[in-house]
Amino acid sequence: MSAPTDARYKMVERTMKKLGYKRSALIESLHTAQETFGYLDKPALKFIAKRLRLPLAKVYGVATFYHYFRLKPKGEHNVVVCMGTACYIKGAKEILHRLEKRYGIGAGETTEDGKLSLLTARCVGSCSLAPIAICDNKPKGKLTVEDAVENIEKALS
Amino acid sequence: MIKQKVRVKTFQINGIDVTGRSDSTILEVAKEHDIHIPTLCYLEGLSCVGACRICLVEIKGSNKLIPACTGKIKEGMEVFTDTDRLHKHRKMILSMIFAERTHTCSVCVSNGHCELQDMSVELGMEHSQVPYLTNRFDIDASHERFVNDPNRCILCTRCVRVCDEVEGAHAWDLVDRGLDTRVIHDMDDPWVESESCTSCGKCVQVCPTGALSEKGVSATEMVKKKSLIVNLLEMRNRER
Amino acid sequence: MITTLEELEEIANKKQCENNECREELRVCIGSSCLSLGAKEIEKDLKKSVKDRGIEHRCRVKGVGCNGLCAAGVLVSHYDNESGEEVLYEKITEEDTDKLAKAVESQKPLEEHRSDMSRGFFAKQKKIVLENAGYIDPDDIEDYIAHGGYRALFTTLNDATPMEVISQIKQSGLRGRGGGGYPTGLKWETVAKVDAEKKYIVCNGDEGDPGAFMDRAIMEADPHRVIEGMALAGYACGAAKGYIYVRAEYPTAVEKLNKAIKQANRLGILGNKIADSGFDFELEVRLGGGAFVCGEATALVTSIEGNRGNPRQKPPHLSDHGLWGEPTVLNNVETFANIVPILNNGAQWYRGFGTEKSPGTKVFALTGHIENTGLVEVPMGMKLSELIYDIGGGVSEGRNLKAIQTGGPSGGCIPADMLDLEVDYDSLKKVGSMMGSGGVIVTDDSSNMVEVARFFMEFCKSESCGKCVPCRVGTTEMTDILDKFINKEATKEDFELLKEMCEVVKESSLCGLGQTAPNPVLSTIKYFEEEYIKGIKDD
Repeated sequence: MSAPTDARYKMVERTMKKLGYKRSALIESLHTAQETFGYLDKPALKFIAKRLRLPLAKVYGVATFYHYFRLKPKGEHNVVVCMGTACYIKGAKEILHRLEKRYGIGAGETTEDGKLSLLTARCVGSCSLAPIAICDNKPKGKLTVEDAVENIEKALS
Repeated sequence: MIKQKVRVKTFQINGIDVTGRSDSTILEVAKEHDIHIPTLCYLEGLSCVGACRICLVEIKGSNKLIPACTGKIKEGMEVFTDTDRLHKHRKMILSMIFAERTHTCSVCVSNGHCELQDMSVELGMEHSQVPYLTNRFDIDASHERFVNDPNRCILCTRCVRVCDEVEGAHAWDLVDRGLDTRVIHDMDDPWVESESCTSCGKCVQVCPTGALSEKGVSATEMVKKKSLIVNLLEMRNRER
Repeated sequence: MITTLEELEEIANKKQCENNECREELRVCIGSSCLSLGAKEIEKDLKKSVKDRGIEHRCRVKGVGCNGLCAAGVLVSHYDNESGEEVLYEKITEEDTDKLAKAVESQKPLEEHRSDMSRGFFAKQKKIVLENAGYIDPDDIEDYIAHGGYRALFTTLNDATPMEVISQIKQSGLRGRGGGGYPTGLKWETVAKVDAEKKYIVCNGDEGDPGAFMDRAIMEADPHRVIEGMALAGYACGAAKGYIYVRAEYPTAVEKLNKAIKQANRLGILGNKIADSGFDFELEVRLGGGAFVCGEATALVTSIEGNRGNPRQKPPHLSDHGLWGEPTVLNNVETFANIVPILNNGAQWYRGFGTEKSPGTKVFALTGHIENTGLVEVPMGMKLSELIYDIGGGVSEGRNLKAIQTGGPSGGCIPADMLDLEVDYDSLKKVGSMMGSGGVIVTDDSSNMVEVARFFMEFCKSESCGKCVPCRVGTTEMTDILDKFINKEATKEDFELLKEMCEVVKESSLCGLGQTAPNPVLSTIKYFEEEYIKGIKDD
C-alpha cells in the first residue's frame, strides 16, 4: 500500500464522511479499508486514526481485537476452513490438518511464495453443507476427509 | 441520559449498618467505614473496570457475585465480603493470575513492594492451584527510563486508564485478545518510538507489579508512589 | 413516498396483479446454503430456458429466501398462483434446469427430483417467523407489501398508542429468542417508561454460535420483517434510531438488509413522520468483526460505538445505560421477526402456539449427524424425539443417537434417553442445557463427549476477550485439562480441579461468555461421566 495520496483512500474517506467523522465510525472505516486494500497496514491505520482523531493505540487495539481484520496481506489464493460445530464433528479438524501438511503452513499463515493463505472461521453459517471450506470466496461443501485436499486444489487452480 | 438525584442510602456490610451516597459503589462505602475488601485492578482516582474479580462480594438474595468496585449500593441490601465461598473463589482467581505468566518474585524489581505478592500473603495462597501456562513475551527496554516486561503483567489496565484519563495521552491500549492480550504503545511500537507517550511515568507508578518499572533499579528496589494519582487529581480540583 | 394505509394497499394490489399476470412461478432458493451450491446460476439458466421455451408469460422465475431443507439443495419450487398448488424439487443442479422448464411447459412434474411435501419435515412445522421465507423476493419491498408487509406498522401508527403495543407484546408472552428468554414486553416497557431524550433500538444479528444459522436465514429471506419489527419497537419505546449489528461473515444478509433499508427509506416507510404520524425512525447496519463475545449485550453496544468488544459489568443494564449511555432495547433477529405476526393476529392467537410459559414457535438449525440438515420452525414444547426423528429424519448413516447439543458454547449435551423432553426455555435449563439461539447439533455414537466438551471450551478460549481473569485464564486451563482426559493422562486430582474451575469460572466471570463457558463440561460430566473416568490413567 502506498502513501495516503493513493486514490483508494477516497473509498475510506467516503465511509468516514458518511458517518460524520464520528469516532464510532472506526470499525466501519476499518472494514472499508480492508475491502479496498485487502488488509490493514500501519499507514492505513494511521490515516484512519488521524482522520477520526483517535489515539493510535486505540485504533491498533480495535483492529487486533476483531479477527475479521487482517494486518498482513493475504495470499494470492485463500482457503477458509470452517471450524464450526457441525463441520467439526464431521471432520473439519482432520481436513485442516491435511491441508496444513499439504501446504506446509499452519492455520492463519501464508505460504512463502505468497500463493496461498490458509485460514479458519468459527462458523460460516452453512452448516447444512458441513464440512465446508471457502476457496477464493467459492464455497466447497460436503467435503470428506479423503477428497478435501484434492477438491480444494482443484477449486484453487 | 437519565439524571438521578443523589440521596443517602442505608444498607449492611457484614452485618454492620452503613450509609453512603446513592451514587457510590460498595467498595467506596466499605472504605469509608474501614471495612477492607481486597482489590487488584482497582485504583483510587481511575475508572473502575471490574476485571480482576478479586473484589467480588456476595449480596443476600442473589446467587450472583458482584465486584465491589463497580457494584452500586442499594437501599437495604446486605453485602458480605468475607465468606468461605468468596475466599475459595479469590484464591482460585489469584492462582490463575499467578499461573498465567511468569511471576518469579526473587528476581523481580518489585519484590517486597508488589501488590500481587501482597495479595497472595493476604489470601494465604502459598502456591498456585492450577498448572502454570507457558505464554512468553518479549521485554521492551527501549525507553531510556522505563522498562515494560509483559511477562509480569496481570492486565489490570491501570496503565491504560491512567494514561488516558489522567495524562490524556492514550499512548497505551490493549492489543489482541484473550490470553494473548498485551498492553502496547501506539501501534505496538517500541516504547522509545511512541509518538503519543509523554514519558511522564504515571503508568509505571500505578502498575501493581514489576511489569512496568524504572531502569537502574535492581531486585526489590522498585518502590512505587501509590498515592500519586489521588494527589494529582486533588491538586487539579483545588486549582479550579 | 407513501403516507397512508390506502397507498400501501395500492402498492400491494398493484404488485399482486403483477404477480398474478403469471400464473405460475418457479422459485429458486437463494439462501446461503443453496447459493453455495450454485443457485444463482440455476436461477439464470431457468430464466433462459423458460424464455427459450416461450413460456415466460405464464411462468416467472424468481429468487427467494431459505425454505429450510438445506440438505436437499438446490431447492426449486413450482407454484401455481391460481390453485395454490406447489411442487417442490430438490437437489437441482445446472444440468436439470432445462428439464425443469420442460416439465413446466408440458405440465408434467419432474418425478425424479420431486420432494414429498407430506412428510414430517414439512407437515410438523409451524411457520410464523419464516412464513414468507421461500415465498417472497427479499430484494423487493413491493413483494413484502403484497404479502401484507408494513400493514402492522401503518395501522399501529394510525390507531394504537405505544402502551397498547407493549401491552400486546406482553400478553403474547413472547420471550427473547437470543437465548436467555427474557420477556420482550417487559424489556420494552422498562425502556418506554424511562424519561430520556434519546433512546435506541438495537438488533443483534451477530449470530455467533457455531452450528446456528437461523438469524442469517431470516435476514436473508425476509429482511423487511426485521425492519418492521424494529420500527414498531421504536414506536413502542420512544426511540427514533435503530442499529442492526450483523456479522461481517454474512455478506448476503448485510446486502439484503442495506437494500431493504434503502427501499423503505425511499417509500417513506422509514424516515421522518412515518405514515403521516409524529413518529420518526431511522435504521443503520453496523458490521461485526468476528468476535463471538460481541453477542453479549454490553459488548455489542460498545462495539457499535467503535471500541474493542469488551463487555462491562451489569448492572447498569442497557435499559438504563445502553448505546452512547442512553436507554436501549436490544433484541435478536428472531425476536423482532415475531413482532409483526403478533400485532397482526393478536396476542391470544400467538398464545395458541407453544406452551404456557414459552408461547409461539422457535426456529432451529438442525446440524451434525442428522439426515435432514436444515432450518425448521416448530411450536415451543415439541418433544425432542419429534424434532430429531419426525422432522430431522433421524441420525444419518443409520447410526445410533448419542446426544443432542443445544445452546452452543453456553449450552449443554442432552443424552439420547431424554428424547421425551419438551423443548422450551425452562425444560432445557432444567436438564443443564439451554435454548441458546437455536442451534441443535446431533451427535451419533461415534462421538467422544469429552472431545465435544473440549471443542466448546476451546471455542470459548479463543473467543474470550481477555478482560476478566476467570474467563481469560480459566478457559485456557480447562482446555488443557480436557486434553489430558482425551489423551488418557488425567489424574483424579485433575478431575476435581476441573469441576472446581467450572464452578469458579461460572460464578466469577464478568459476562455471559465466561459464566456459561463451563456448561458443556458440566453437562457432559453429568450425563457421560464414564467417558471422563476412561480418561483417567491408572495409578
